Amino acid sequence: MFATRSSVARSFLAMFVVFASWLVLASVKIANGKTTVTDARPADGLAEWQRVYSVLTYPRCINCHTATNYPQQGDDRHRHFANVIRGPEGKGVAGLNCASCHQEKNSDATGVPGGHNWHLAPLSMRWQDLNDQRLSSAAVCRALIDRSKNNGLDGPGLLKHHEEEPLVLWAWNPGRRPDGTTRSLPPLTHAQFVDATRRWVAAGTPCPKGP
Amino acid sequence: MRAFLEAATSRRLSRRKFLRVSAGAAGGLLVSIYVDLPAFAQEGTQAPQKVFPPDAFVHIRPDGQILITVNRLEFGQGVHTALPMILADEMDADWSQVVAELAPAADVYKDPIFGLQMVGGSGSIAHSFQQYRELGAKTRAMLVATAADRWHVTPDQCRTANSVVYGPGNQSARYAELADEAGRKPLPDKIRLKQPSEFRLIGKRVRRLDSRAKCNGSQKFGLDLDLPGMKIALIARPPVFGGRVRSFNDKDARGIAGVLDVFEIPLVKGSAVAVVADKFWTAKQARDRLTIDWDLSALERADTQELTAKYKALARTTGNVAVSNGDQKAMNAIASANRLVAEYEFPYLAHTPMEPLNTTIRFDGDKAEAWAGSQFQTFDQIAIAEVLGLKPEQVTFHTEMTGGGFGRRAVADSHVQREAAAIAKRLRGTPVKLVWAREDDVRGGYYRPMHVHRVEIGIGHDGMPAAWRHVIVGQSIVAGTPFGAMMIKNGVDGTAVEGVADTNYSIPNLHVSAHHPTVNVPVLWWRSVGNTHTAFVMETLIDELATRARIDPIAYRRKLLKADAGKVRRALDLMDEKSAAWRTKLPPGHAFGVSCHEAFDTGVACAVDVSIENKRPKIHRVTIALDSGIAVNPLTIESQFQAGVAFGMSQLVAKGAITLKDGRVEQRNFDGYAPPYMVDAPVAVDVHIVPSTDAPTGCGEPPVPVISPAVVNALAKLTGKRYRSLPLVTL
Amino acid sequence: MTTYQLSVNGERREVDVDSTTPLLWVLREDLKMTGTKYGCGISACGACTVHLGGVATRSCVVPVSLIGDRPIVTIEGIGTDPVGRAVQDAWVEKDVVQCGYCQSGQIMTAVALLKDKPRPTEANIEESMGGNLCRCGTYVRIREAIVTASAQLK
Repeated sequence: MFATRSSVARSFLAMFVVFASWLVLASVKIANGKTTVTDARPADGLAEWQRVYSVLTYPRCINCHTATNYPQQGDDRHRHFANVIRGPEGKGVAGLNCASCHQEKNSDATGVPGGHNWHLAPLSMRWQDLNDQRLSSAAVCRALIDRSKNNGLDGPGLLKHHEEEPLVLWAWNPGRRPDGTTRSLPPLTHAQFVDATRRWVAAGTPCPKGP
Repeated sequence: MRAFLEAATSRRLSRRKFLRVSAGAAGGLLVSIYVDLPAFAQEGTQAPQKVFPPDAFVHIRPDGQILITVNRLEFGQGVHTALPMILADEMDADWSQVVAELAPAADVYKDPIFGLQMVGGSGSIAHSFQQYRELGAKTRAMLVATAADRWHVTPDQCRTANSVVYGPGNQSARYAELADEAGRKPLPDKIRLKQPSEFRLIGKRVRRLDSRAKCNGSQKFGLDLDLPGMKIALIARPPVFGGRVRSFNDKDARGIAGVLDVFEIPLVKGSAVAVVADKFWTAKQARDRLTIDWDLSALERADTQELTAKYKALARTTGNVAVSNGDQKAMNAIASANRLVAEYEFPYLAHTPMEPLNTTIRFDGDKAEAWAGSQFQTFDQIAIAEVLGLKPEQVTFHTEMTGGGFGRRAVADSHVQREAAAIAKRLRGTPVKLVWAREDDVRGGYYRPMHVHRVEIGIGHDGMPAAWRHVIVGQSIVAGTPFGAMMIKNGVDGTAVEGVADTNYSIPNLHVSAHHPTVNVPVLWWRSVGNTHTAFVMETLIDELATRARIDPIAYRRKLLKADAGKVRRALDLMDEKSAAWRTKLPPGHAFGVSCHEAFDTGVACAVDVSIENKRPKIHRVTIALDSGIAVNPLTIESQFQAGVAFGMSQLVAKGAITLKDGRVEQRNFDGYAPPYMVDAPVAVDVHIVPSTDAPTGCGEPPVPVISPAVVNALAKLTGKRYRSLPLVTL
Repeated sequence: MTTYQLSVNGERREVDVDSTTPLLWVLREDLKMTGTKYGCGISACGACTVHLGGVATRSCVVPVSLIGDRPIVTIEGIGTDPVGRAVQDAWVEKDVVQCGYCQSGQIMTAVALLKDKPRPTEANIEESMGGNLCRCGTYVRIREAIVTASAQLK
């Protein structure tokens, strides 16, 4: 019951060896595409990135990540009505600010979405081109991890942003349109999105190659 | 409207037609035509009222304020100021003391030419100029007669200025002092009207009387009316025109606090469910919670794509003939290389005045009171009376200041008033305000009809048209209305062909025909009516011919216009003069386009400076010239033309089409159907009025038809494309 | 029904309304202030523009429950503000209005512009006024009136 110090040390060593072996085996398992543990393999990091990308380029997110001087709206991502424009800080212009209509919360009865500090993502975080076409997975990935463009966020910073930023959370609680129907949701749940981000970050935020 | 107007104006002095509208003994609408022709016996109808007593139009208050009653709706066009100006000028009234009000429905306020109380056809000044002059002169004469009597002098010895009568000695009397007694004087047989040189107000740039109130929130519009105990009604309308209510579930709707009643009402076609509540928001919430089972069986389901195909097929066949001049075989002699064939498509357009449609009615059993911004008070009063089982004179109809109309408030079937009356009838004793929410308005029909034109032009050796075959396809606006008998000839609705059939161009061997399909979509006149599409076709084709002939577009028009098309020629010349400098100095990426057109007896010509920005036409400048006879208020005219061309851009903006799919209107609100915003409108517009002493003609509609062809003519130079399908979704 | 305390043109007002009621209808029907207009109900036209917490706001889409303690200024009250007065005077001087129904919103938006940019360029005017509809089309004179008001405020 009470082992001697040397036997304790031997036990720990044994446990360590077992653990290390398990780790190696786990790595092997990861290589075969099965895992339930965070890993450091780029290939799966890329797969997780694709899942993140699928959310980022979904209308609920990409509609405010435009390259132009206007936001988009709707699942067909048409130009926002009433000529609302970006303005110097992505908050519109005097007389026609985002806050002129968008409040802190959704207004379902009138069909206007809302969230804290409603505004456009900066141009450095554009995920479309000037013809409103989605940028490639590689291009968006590169922009996302570029600290000169992403407000200085590192991996954990990106994860926190995806987890907690109110406008990100809004995408999963987007409210009703003026016609009473609910806005469609991204392809992953928020939890799945955060999870995918976490794994991608843990994999070293790998990006696909190519343009 | 123009065909009708043409029949009634001084251009045809020997024939004057009057449309007399009254309620028939057994109810319903009785329309009889009084034709003033020597060869025809009068048919026992009364002559339209020709004596207009001043006391129905002018009220001089003891404090000197002068209240002038305007016999038409004010909906932006400026009659609230212009008609009082005319009267005040002849009356020698102190303009600073003049206030205006809108006349309620009454015989004395009927349009002197049309014989019904209305505003439309750009006829307000044209028809009431003389009338209001005479009213002012009569009033002055009665005031002078009163003063002359007091002073034992003759009227000739007196003069007037700024609401004061001056006698030969040092005598003077303010109008306010004389008014009571003057009102008891007999109406003078003879009155003297001023010479134009004596005008103090007419011809001057006089600012609007209603400006300040409209800038500080105090102006009340129909929608702002508030009466004690008033309720609000909204109507849940069928998704396809003509649908009927089969059944409805109002349990959730009635569960909302403030909902008074929910019931079915008849529509002009079909039926609907009305919700009555204490407030608009309550009514809207309740309406949103209704479940309605609609009977849409046996209804034609209009579909834009299907209709377009059908119209194009029809356009390849001859329709009912409007014009057949010259030699109809002349085209055959022209080689196909010298022919231009063009097909045009125009969508349904909604008016969407900024103030949504609304009417308030209180039914008291033996009488009723109604408030509405109506362009057709006579029709509306009769319709309300009919629904309520009253005589028209038992309905007091107040005309409210209104946020726009553009034709939408001039509806022969008075459908909005009928709906409101049906609701008021059920809520006897309680005033009810029926509101059409914007969605109801965008989807509620009564659109400018969609049209297809097919034109074949045989071009002569000189580049001028030598033969012209023109087929127009579109629903008739007036068929089935009291105007139908007057305005449909040989199966052709005059409002569909105006601008082509009566073109000012000297076109030999002209053949114009029209098809008027019946479609389950209610249609209506939209500011400038047929000219909206005919001017576009004519002015873009003329431009193409000019380009083909390598002749300057203005020179080409000068050459082709009829010699006696005086107004258009003068407008064209003035436009040319005022735009020549900038037309020849355009920066790179800019082009100019021109057009000219006569509508409602006013000649207009414009030149536009256009570039393409953000894939849309950017109109930097418009120079527009017009001949509308004597300019009563040049400031009003300038405003009408500056703003009218912005309105005219409605036909080009990307979201400028109402479309239907399987019977349902696809647009809901300004997100899907949008009028021009500031960025879509010209940046600067300079307006030039041809000096004239001729009788005044209209300015409300004439600016609208010229802008879209001029812009498209400019775009053609920039892109090399000819745009024949509106609106311009892509360039 | 919920009771809300609102600050409207400097006065304390109390209303008892459904929490989803847009500010527009609270103003028009509960406070009987009809200067602010209903044009579309979906914030596409600007006829309903008021100032909420100093920001030009489309009152037709803001539920009363989200107003909080932000002060409200409407067309009925903007005339006591020097910029508001200058804009209204310029509007009258330049004979801007036609039917006038959109002009409350136009004026409130123009005031917001001039408070932010006392010397707006043509591009500033187009951007800030670009979401306000005028069906009559008075845009040319609106531009001129803003320039006039700007000059007056020098």
